[in-house]
Amino acid sequence: MPRPPSPSIPEREFLYASLKQSLRLDGRLPLEMREPTLTFGPDLGWVDCAMGRTRVLASVDGKMVKPTPERPLEGVITIHSEISPMASSDYETGRASDEEVVLTRMLDKVLRRSDTVDKESLCVQAGQRVWHLRLTIHCLADAGNLLDCACLAGIVALKHYRRPEVEVEGEDVTIHHPSERAPIPLAMHHTPYCFTFAYFPDTTTQAVLDPTSLEQRLSAGLLSIALNAQRELCVVQKAGGVPLAPDEVMRIINVAVGKAKELDRIVEKRLQEDWSTRNVEVR
Amino acid sequence: MGSRVEILNDDGYRSDGRRQFELRDITMDLSPRGTADGSAMITHGLTQVMVSVFGPREAKMRAQTLHDRAVLNVEVNIAPFSTGERRKRNRGDKRILELAASIKSTFEPVVQTALYPRSQIDIYVHVLQQDGGLLQASINAATLALVGAGIPLLDLVCAVTGGVHSTSPMLDLTTLEENDIPHLTVAVMPKTGNVTLVTMETRLHVDRFGDIFKLTCDAAQVIHQEMKRAAYARTRRLVDAMDVDSKSILLTGDNVDKDTAMNELE
Repeated sequence: MPRPPSPSIPEREFLYASLKQSLRLDGRLPLEMREPTLTFGPDLGWVDCAMGRTRVLASVDGKMVKPTPERPLEGVITIHSEISPMASSDYETGRASDEEVVLTRMLDKVLRRSDTVDKESLCVQAGQRVWHLRLTIHCLADAGNLLDCACLAGIVALKHYRRPEVEVEGEDVTIHHPSERAPIPLAMHHTPYCFTFAYFPDTTTQAVLDPTSLEQRLSAGLLSIALNAQRELCVVQKAGGVPLAPDEVMRIINVAVGKAKELDRIVEKRLQEDWSTRNVEVR
Repeated sequence: MGSRVEILNDDGYRSDGRRQFELRDITMDLSPRGTADGSAMITHGLTQVMVSVFGPREAKMRAQTLHDRAVLNVEVNIAPFSTGERRKRNRGDKRILELAASIKSTFEPVVQTALYPRSQIDIYVHVLQQDGGLLQASINAATLALVGAGIPLLDLVCAVTGGVHSTSPMLDLTTLEENDIPHLTVAVMPKTGNVTLVTMETRLHVDRFGDIFKLTCDAAQVIHQEMKRAAYARTRRLVDAMDVDSKSILLTGDNVDKDTAMNELE
């Protein structure tokens, strides 16, 4: 495992000095995030999410499987994510790096464990057939804050995906091709969004939202918060880094509450726009 | 399975007979084990964790040394017999890696690593029994083991779990409660009251989070008192065992010792 390349001393000093004056190298305000660009592919559940130069591609596909004997009434969701050297030269193939562990666990917590998708609605025949949704996250480029981008891509892909309609008659199961019957969207309980804040060694410097890779590397701690627009926290993750006062944590959470509402509006708007371009023929 | 058990009954008792804000029985044992420089065994109710600390010592992997500070290396081992359901987890398990990573990053800003450049401090965590509060017990035990090893710390890190059952917050959850209600773990540096670690994995409203977060920060102070007492008792026994030749020194030294020991830890 190579050591992460450390930025040069002038680079570091410049960043700290400018952050002290609440200026960021890309001209954003400290608590401003890069506007996400969502591009939808031809298939349902295929989303390309870009935040600045960070790009993540997420795709969902579903198939029928036999459920596990412990949970005969629930569908299965699996998340596959891997950081390859394609995203950034910092990553290597082989043994999972710390970043990869953080990313996989966070995606798992945000998208799966917080019950975003109603798993019981994925059941077709109890104990016999359930839907197995496979969410694949491809990290195309990492220019900082890969985590938020991946979470956003993942959740939008799930919202965008529609599964084929299924008809059950006695023991027979018919899956209708999307061209025959309109596919139906997944039953979602809520839509969590993830926000990452970076803290710096100098405690007088304000925290920044959505750090770039340079900011992330020079930061002295990250605080990730996943929450939905209904003010419900799903994940709060601050592992180590500079110690924070409890009031500061609460302040940042309140900032995140506002950001979640904004982001929710953007996502809903984009999904609507995309849906209106897909003409659904009603026969 | 959990839903059939009453988490908090009408009289305000929990499934194991505790009150809402009551912590489980804590025992701390700082006696040395094997060749470890510092070791500690802690129990929170039925959760039992043992931590051994080696170092600061010369780094095994030369490539990983840092020229200006020591490297912390945390390894977690969960005994297969620690849960009711016997299950072997391999070391590559993402959950265990995450646990190790959060312990490591909790202690990185607390241990004064800058005093030991080019060296390595190993923290080996062995989980012997699990009944909720795994991260909490691991962090508390690691703090005590580091104290036992005489490694300079900025503060004692105290971790507590808390949860919310509908609207009533409660502290120090068992596995049964953890499976059923939203819960969080907070690690606090009691001197400044700052938090070094906050993790929460289940859905919870922001306002509820605020309540339980404040409460866990206060509860950490209680754990801090316990830790101080355990560390002091251990130091006391060491001083006694050294058997200072004249009794007079011991008698006069009594107060001095106590004061210095307590001040250092306060």
